[in-house]
Amino acid sequence: MSYPDYPDALIARILRSVKTIAMVGASANAVRPSYFAMKYLLDKGFKIIPVNPGQIGKEILGQKVYARVADLPPPVDMVDIFRNSEAAGPITDEVIANKDRLGVKILWMQLGVINEEAAKRAEAAGLTVIMNRCPKIEYGRLSGEIGWYGVNRRIIDNRKPYAFSQGGSLKRG
Amino acid sequence: MAEYGFDTLAVHAGAQPDPATGARITPIYQTSAYVFEDADQAAALFNLQVFGNIYSRIMNPTVAVLEERIAALEGGTAGLAAASGHAAQHVVFHTLMEPGAEFISARQLYGGSVNQFTHAFRKYDWHVRWADSTDAGSFARAVTGKTRAIFCESIANPGGVISDLEGIARVAEQAGVPFIVDNTLATPYLIRPFEWGAHIVVHSATKFLGGHGNSLAGAIVEAGTFDWAKSGKYKTLTEENPSYHGLRFHETFGDFAFCVAARALSLRDLGPCLSPQNAFLVLTGVETLPLRMRRHCDNALAIAQWLSSDRRVEWVNYAGLETHPLHAAQKKYCPKGAGSVFTFGLKGGFDAGVKLVNGVRIFSHLANIGDTRSLIIHPASTTHRQLSDEDRIKAGAGPEVVRLSVGIEDPKDLIADLDHAMQSDN
Repeated sequence: MSYPDYPDALIARILRSVKTIAMVGASANAVRPSYFAMKYLLDKGFKIIPVNPGQIGKEILGQKVYARVADLPPPVDMVDIFRNSEAAGPITDEVIANKDRLGVKILWMQLGVINEEAAKRAEAAGLTVIMNRCPKIEYGRLSGEIGWYGVNRRIIDNRKPYAFSQGGSLKRG
Repeated sequence: MAEYGFDTLAVHAGAQPDPATGARITPIYQTSAYVFEDADQAAALFNLQVFGNIYSRIMNPTVAVLEERIAALEGGTAGLAAASGHAAQHVVFHTLMEPGAEFISARQLYGGSVNQFTHAFRKYDWHVRWADSTDAGSFARAVTGKTRAIFCESIANPGGVISDLEGIARVAEQAGVPFIVDNTLATPYLIRPFEWGAHIVVHSATKFLGGHGNSLAGAIVEAGTFDWAKSGKYKTLTEENPSYHGLRFHETFGDFAFCVAARALSLRDLGPCLSPQNAFLVLTGVETLPLRMRRHCDNALAIAQWLSSDRRVEWVNYAGLETHPLHAAQKKYCPKGAGSVFTFGLKGGFDAGVKLVNGVRIFSHLANIGDTRSLIIHPASTTHRQLSDEDRIKAGAGPEVVRLSVGIEDPKDLIADLDHAMQSDN
């Protein structure tokens, strides 16, 4: 099991409640993992705002790119950091500085990204922090859809899920 | 996340009421292909950007439940099914190897795997080096710059040898190569190789997992613990893939990248997919795996004890016997039982072996293991006959050797059947 250990109920509550996600480090390259995640989450009905100073003035998957968190328009429910663990520190501080203006409640660091100090600062500022997880994989796992790839979801549920196009077990609650 | 017990996982893991109909039992999705929602979704599916079904050579919802079920029982991150155990091994090595590369395998091995490794793989310019599964040092001595993997069976067929998984895993760790364990004879009920440091498990699910001798099936499970990028040797996983526009599997699919690459490349291109019908039958079998394995092991021990006290029997090679040299290894690796496949030697040699397999009326004379029915075979005249005399003996299949796969019938009837067939005037 991946570190840190988060209850499924917490991840599910986040993925059911957030509507707008700012993805810091979203790539315009169609074979990069961040592009995959953005494409998937857009398909699932999230509004995704890409943040990437190298792509300013352009669009990724039809979404206008912003250079930095400070430039984002509200509302942003969640910031997903698709950068390395070290870079997650200053980005976290930027999120904390803009959280009230944007309405950010969740700070999410991607699979492989762990920054304990940044997480402490974010939690002290009232944010809920998830580290070392991918929202695409978690959505696929909790909805049930990733089971189509033979992935071990570690979930047993005796209820009939909604269709996967409607969120499967995740939206069932 | 709840940590469910093994018996609960055997019944439930991977399955859920059908989203379309509410069917409680996993439906047999008997379809070749799946309609796309629109052109954009089709493209996203083919690019692996979203999860979904394309074509049953690559994925099928019934097969996927079996994949997840076996992955859960092994404690892995993901599973991938194939048409047979041999197909699963082919897919694993196809994902790991390049022409000219080597792997090290225990020589205590199913005869069919000896053939696959020695002859079929040579046509790809993949080369096997042999080692002894009870001597981790023999693996260390076989490591070269070309080694790409280490392979053994957890409990080896046909001799029931208990492999030194912990020691071999340490060699793999030092060599920086994945440790692949064929867990067919033990099943995850008796041994979970990932707990000893294995990185990939393969199964012939035809055997104890399915358990009823009615379906061919194979499975691959990954632990999610191997760093594919570290050595630069696993190009299929780490280099830009031309058939997916430059995708790198290891960075995109994290701790289940091996199974996705094996599915999206080797299974897709080689074609040995499992049929949904067979997946359904194996799934049904897996539900009773813990119950059956307990009975298989109890029966095997009773028969091994009886044989070891019989004057017509020269030796009994069952690690569950306290006198067996590998009994300590059995207590360490599989304390719940030594499995139900083992060999014994008849004092009467080759002829006595042939007479025994001809004389039994409950044991079935056939080339399979892991059935509810008890099975018997004389390897020297069947499964291992293609090997040289020397290789047969090395593989534990000399002329006097009889192999049993003990089923779940009444043990007194099984003993009476063997006793009667061994009568000299019979």
